[in-house]
Amino acid sequence: MSTFPWITVLTTTPVAGALLLLAVGSRSKNLTRWLALIFSLAALVFTLALWHRFDPTSGVMQFQEQHAWIPALNIDYHVGIDGLGLLMLLLSSIVVPIGMAASWKIEERVPLYFALMLLLQSCLFGAFTALNFVHWFTFWELSLIPAFFLIKLWGGPRRTPAATQFLVYTMVGSIAMLLGFIALYLGTGKFDFIELAQLAQSGHLMPAVITALGIHRFMPHHVALLIFAGVFLGFAVKVPLIPFHTWLPSTYSEAPTGTTIVLTGAMSKMGLYGFLRILLPIFAPQMQAVLTPLLWLAVATIVLSAYSALAQKDLKRIFAYSSINHLGYCLLGIFAMAKFTGGDISLTTQKFAAMSGVLWQMFNHGLTAATIFWFIAMLEARCGGVRGLNDFGGLRKVAPVFTGLMGIALFSSLGLPGLNGFIGEFLIFKGSFPLVTWATSLSVIGLLLTAVVILGILQRVFSGPLNERWTAFPDLTTGERLALAPAIALMFTLGLYPQLILGVVNSTVIQMVQQLKF
Amino acid sequence: MPEVIIVVTALIVLSVDLLFLRNQRTHLRFAVVASLASLGCVVGIFRILQAPEQTNALNGMFLANPLTHLLQIALLSLTIITVLLSVDSTFTEHVGEFVFLILLATTGMLFLVATQDLLIIFISLELLSLSLYVLTAFNKRDSRSSEAALKYFLFGSMSAAFLLYGFSLLYGLSNSTNLIQIASAIHGQSTSPLLAIAIITTVIGFGFKVAAVPFHFWAPDVYESANIPAVGFIASASKVASFFIFFQVMVVGFAGVEGSAVWRHLVHGWVPILAAIAALSMLLGNFVAITQSSVRRLLAYSAIAHAGYMLLALVAHTQQSLAALIYYILTYALATLGAFAVIGVVEKQTGNDHLSSFSGLSRRAPLLSACLFAFILSLAGIPPLAGFFGKFYLFLSALNATPGSNGLLWLVILAIAMSAVSLYYYLQLLKRAFVADPLADANDIHVPALTQAVVVLLAAATLLLGCAPNLLLRWILEAIAASSR
Amino acid sequence: MLAWTIYISFLGALALLLLPKASTTAARVLALLVAVAGFGIALNAFLTHRTGELITVARHPWIPALGIEYHLAADGISLCLILLTGIVAITGILFSWNIERRTKEFFAFYLLLIGSVYGVFLSYDLFLLFVFYEIVIIPKYFLIAIWGSTRREYGAMKLALYSFIGSAMVLIGLIAAYVVAGAKSMSLDALAGYPFPLHFQMFAFPLVFVGFAILAGLWPFHTWAPTGHVAAPTAASMLLAGVVMKLGAYGCLRVAMTLFPLGLSPWGFHVLGFGSWRDVFALLAIIGIVYGAMVALVQKDFKFVIGYSSVSHMGFILLGLMTLNQIGISGSVVQMFSHGILAGLLFAVVGRMVYDRTHTRELAALGPMNLNKAIPFAAVTFVLAGMASMGLPGFSGFVAELMILIGAWHAFPILAICTGLGIVVGVVYVWRAMQKAFFAEHALASSHSPLPPISIPERLGAVILLATSIAIGLYPQMLLKIITPALNSPLFEGIRKGGWN
Repeated sequence: MSTFPWITVLTTTPVAGALLLLAVGSRSKNLTRWLALIFSLAALVFTLALWHRFDPTSGVMQFQEQHAWIPALNIDYHVGIDGLGLLMLLLSSIVVPIGMAASWKIEERVPLYFALMLLLQSCLFGAFTALNFVHWFTFWELSLIPAFFLIKLWGGPRRTPAATQFLVYTMVGSIAMLLGFIALYLGTGKFDFIELAQLAQSGHLMPAVITALGIHRFMPHHVALLIFAGVFLGFAVKVPLIPFHTWLPSTYSEAPTGTTIVLTGAMSKMGLYGFLRILLPIFAPQMQAVLTPLLWLAVATIVLSAYSALAQKDLKRIFAYSSINHLGYCLLGIFAMAKFTGGDISLTTQKFAAMSGVLWQMFNHGLTAATIFWFIAMLEARCGGVRGLNDFGGLRKVAPVFTGLMGIALFSSLGLPGLNGFIGEFLIFKGSFPLVTWATSLSVIGLLLTAVVILGILQRVFSGPLNERWTAFPDLTTGERLALAPAIALMFTLGLYPQLILGVVNSTVIQMVQQLKF
Repeated sequence: MPEVIIVVTALIVLSVDLLFLRNQRTHLRFAVVASLASLGCVVGIFRILQAPEQTNALNGMFLANPLTHLLQIALLSLTIITVLLSVDSTFTEHVGEFVFLILLATTGMLFLVATQDLLIIFISLELLSLSLYVLTAFNKRDSRSSEAALKYFLFGSMSAAFLLYGFSLLYGLSNSTNLIQIASAIHGQSTSPLLAIAIITTVIGFGFKVAAVPFHFWAPDVYESANIPAVGFIASASKVASFFIFFQVMVVGFAGVEGSAVWRHLVHGWVPILAAIAALSMLLGNFVAITQSSVRRLLAYSAIAHAGYMLLALVAHTQQSLAALIYYILTYALATLGAFAVIGVVEKQTGNDHLSSFSGLSRRAPLLSACLFAFILSLAGIPPLAGFFGKFYLFLSALNATPGSNGLLWLVILAIAMSAVSLYYYLQLLKRAFVADPLADANDIHVPALTQAVVVLLAAATLLLGCAPNLLLRWILEAIAASSR
Repeated sequence: MLAWTIYISFLGALALLLLPKASTTAARVLALLVAVAGFGIALNAFLTHRTGELITVARHPWIPALGIEYHLAADGISLCLILLTGIVAITGILFSWNIERRTKEFFAFYLLLIGSVYGVFLSYDLFLLFVFYEIVIIPKYFLIAIWGSTRREYGAMKLALYSFIGSAMVLIGLIAAYVVAGAKSMSLDALAGYPFPLHFQMFAFPLVFVGFAILAGLWPFHTWAPTGHVAAPTAASMLLAGVVMKLGAYGCLRVAMTLFPLGLSPWGFHVLGFGSWRDVFALLAIIGIVYGAMVALVQKDFKFVIGYSSVSHMGFILLGLMTLNQIGISGSVVQMFSHGILAGLLFAVVGRMVYDRTHTRELAALGPMNLNKAIPFAAVTFVLAGMASMGLPGFSGFVAELMILIGAWHAFPILAICTGLGIVVGVVYVWRAMQKAFFAEHALASSHSPLPPISIPERLGAVILLATSIAIGLYPQMLLKIITPALNSPLFEGIRKGGWN
């Protein structure tokens, strides 16, 4: 237990910023924007400090804080981070400033916009560090509110149905999750993730729950599957997994681009985080029982989303589907890890690889997708909101720097070796192939389709004859180049020196896989 | 003896008015006469307080014990209040005669509550009734007042005849006019037809006095048409005396043949009869009151309903229920007097007593309507006014009367349900006063100072007795306990 | 000291009546000072009282002949509710700051109501409790009849009569209990400890419970509530839904369940699937939850949505009581507090912020007014209040509903699932109302004249209520740590013997 409440302070810093913004923001828009950015960068600095203090050799939870909150229900305020959590905190701290930078041109009700962004960041921090269901669920649910309003008030022409759809889908999933957890609580009297995971691994969890529920009409393992299904639904909607993904394309495209950045960069990772932190440790036997259908869903997610991306004409929609595709790889890796291997050492090593790949992909997809959407935002700003695939052409003639930098980001998304995107996909495929060969093979199609999409974008937007509309297309300003530089640099750095991250998360990976005990 | 004092006062009042005040203004005459009458009553009260004796003269003809003292003091107080409230009246120039008759009625009541002998009961009842008939008719300018008085007189005489008939039967059955001796004599003869007739006629006689269904037909007309002091007096003091003696006659005189009104265990006697009358009064009184647009008639029907509630005490016939009855009727008297005083003021200024005259009263006469608020809510039985505790205690005593079984529960449930109904029409009156806006042609109401003072006093008493019922209750319980030894 | 909450409220009411006729500002200020003083006393007691045990505030013989005492006492449950009353009282006055017509009478009736509510929560003698319970009816009637809006006289009368009938039922039960227990005392602990015969409890319990539950909005006796809430002026709705309905629930817990715990035990036979009064009332509570939510979903009038949502939320409270386990009942008390705050807030937004400015409550008419731009403070407040009312974590409703849900699951698993349905519908109707009233997309925003901005008292009131809800949402221990010991007191012995399951 650390004495200084690092995590609580980290989580509350953006809230303080939001309140300050609401109080003084009405005076000047610029003041508001810079103030918001400062607060989110402060959070980034804080996270880096945490990174520095983090002990990479230990696989257990660090910086833990635990206080009784509602003793009657065994609910505690319990927070802590391991490698996974730290990585996600870092991701959130990077993605939100990018989102703010992309929202610089917003003119209406600026203080409210940035305050909502900061609140969203707080919720992300809270969700990634919570270790007790109730207060994790609190942050999970609370994050919906700023997201909803960001979409609803500043979004595109069809924002109301998009926002409503977003909310309804996620809420339904959340309720299913809540019911599942209440069932678990009734059986064990616990809400703590770590304790529940221990119970599950010792095999006592489900029998206790089923006895407590006393539903004798169904077979015990059907009941367990039902509870699993509830919790699964909550996360499946968030990631999203096909077929629960239908909310995503419209939401991403109607949301203001800065919000889309946060949605794709960080909020979608909440779903994956849930898979790793909650589903895998607690519901592993259930996952194994339905592994084949799950793998089919993962494959479908990967392949079909890439295929849909191919058919889109709106840049934001293309990358919305592309996000689904990239996260599908993570799901493949997670499901591969759930496969029962019975202590075979070589296969366990593959699981390490898959797990590391998943973590890497989570972080780097966030970074890459955020950067790509940032570029799209700049494109929109320069072209008055236009972002159709076929509306551009030959931009490299008038904006070579823009083309170059966006090209780097696009190649990262494609998975070019030397950039950060490659390593994640490599590790996942390497780890999953021996474990779930057929699924991995089918997923390769996704890789190919993604390549086609990205190259198509490069060709139609940047190459070819210059579209007359954009002869006055300004290249990147110095300010923008400076702002983009860290992100681009990070892509190269991580691509060439992955140990930077893998070194920190390694122990966590080993710990998590070993806990699976199969 | 206090009765002597009152009679003397009455004569003084009459003479003073006749001899010295003929040529003065009515208001002055009333003031002087009222002061004299009040003085006399106060002296009477002192006399009673000074002589706490237990006497029993002439084989129960003239009693004096703490209970009778209590009631006599109460009656004298009510008389004082009535007389003070009549000071601002303008309906008659026969001031001396008016107050004289009031004092005579008081004398009748004083005798009535202090006796256990049939003869004295009847004589004092007649003294009371005859005075009241004349008082009702006093407003010679209004033909409806005379009509009401005639109705009252005819009904009253007929029921008095019934009563006398019943009394004579009782004498025949027991060879005595003393209630206690009568009781022991008729003890064994529960199925004698003569006794049954005696019971029924007695009930008719007293039922008329207390305005219970089906002997209530005089009440709405009298309440509507008579002059305010008379109505107030009838509704308050005369009810106090009548209920008390009704209780005494039935419970003491007809002890042994009560029967029982316990649900599904009906036993022949006078109790089931009274239970039926009580139920009918509650039902009719409340439901007809809803339809009234004249406030006086509304209060008349509500009086019938309250008579129904009070008959519960007789149905229970325990000492606790006697205490409850006395508490209820005393607080009811205060509230009713106050309510009629307010109606009198409004009537005089607006010309009629329709609900519409009360519109916006709270803005036209704030203090008066605040007092009306207290009176009406007391009648409805809302705490913290006195009427609430009265009802509560009454229902409590009714349920406590049959230990081991909640036998009278059906009657209590009916009473409470009817109270809910009564809340509706009482709120209608208050709604008029407080919610509705004053009519376009309504004028501000000027309240005479004395009336205002008396009304405020009555309202304060109602509130005080509601918050601290023990003040009165303790006195009543001690009196009953002392008198039964 | 706590008794002074009652006394200063009554004295304040009296003082207000004595003020000269046209002194609106003085009336408001005086009323606010009195309410703040009352809240201050309540808060002081709440903070200094650590353990939830019974504190006797006053105990004097009142009517010795009947064993009736003037007995005021408070345990953890009472303290929570007294605190609630204080908060709602203050905010109600803040939201009534703009009343111009007959102001001093308004606040006089208001303070009278507050004083009596404090009285009910503090009473430990059943006669005294009943007295205060009855007194509540009259100021309620006049507040609605004089200053209300839609069909106010009808709504007020309906409310008064329903309340009176409910209390009549309670009166019968109380007198019967008193008589059966030997007619010696009306004190709560004396009667709670008396072993009433089983068959007596089987009849007395439903009588007293339903009597109180009418005021708590138990289905199907709830019909007075939507009419009454809509008819009432804002502050009265806040008090009515926020505090007065809780009087009913409090009575159910404090009186019905402690005096006649055996009334909840199984009958020994089954009728239509019910085996005890507990089953019956639990089912009625759940019907109330779902029915209230469903009806709220189709309302065209904004205030009716909130009115029916009150019925739905009160259903939760009653369900929690019927679970007969510690979690459920504690959750019920927390929900009493939480809904008291949130109902006050919702009615304040709908009544004071929206209706007083737009003079319409029709959702269809409010849409074109683009309220989220015209009165953004109201929009934000409603969003937050709506989220809280849906049961979003972080606000007070979540903890309460979670506890009730868990308690209900222990007791009636199938019915608990229906409760979940109610929660889901709850999300939907709040959503719909919010969308239609504040965020409807309409191009023609500029044709309307600008609405007056939200005044300082309104902002203050909204902030107080929201802050309270968030505080309890984040730190429910504040309430739970005094509720739990209260539930362990000898008063609830009878229920405990039935088994906290």
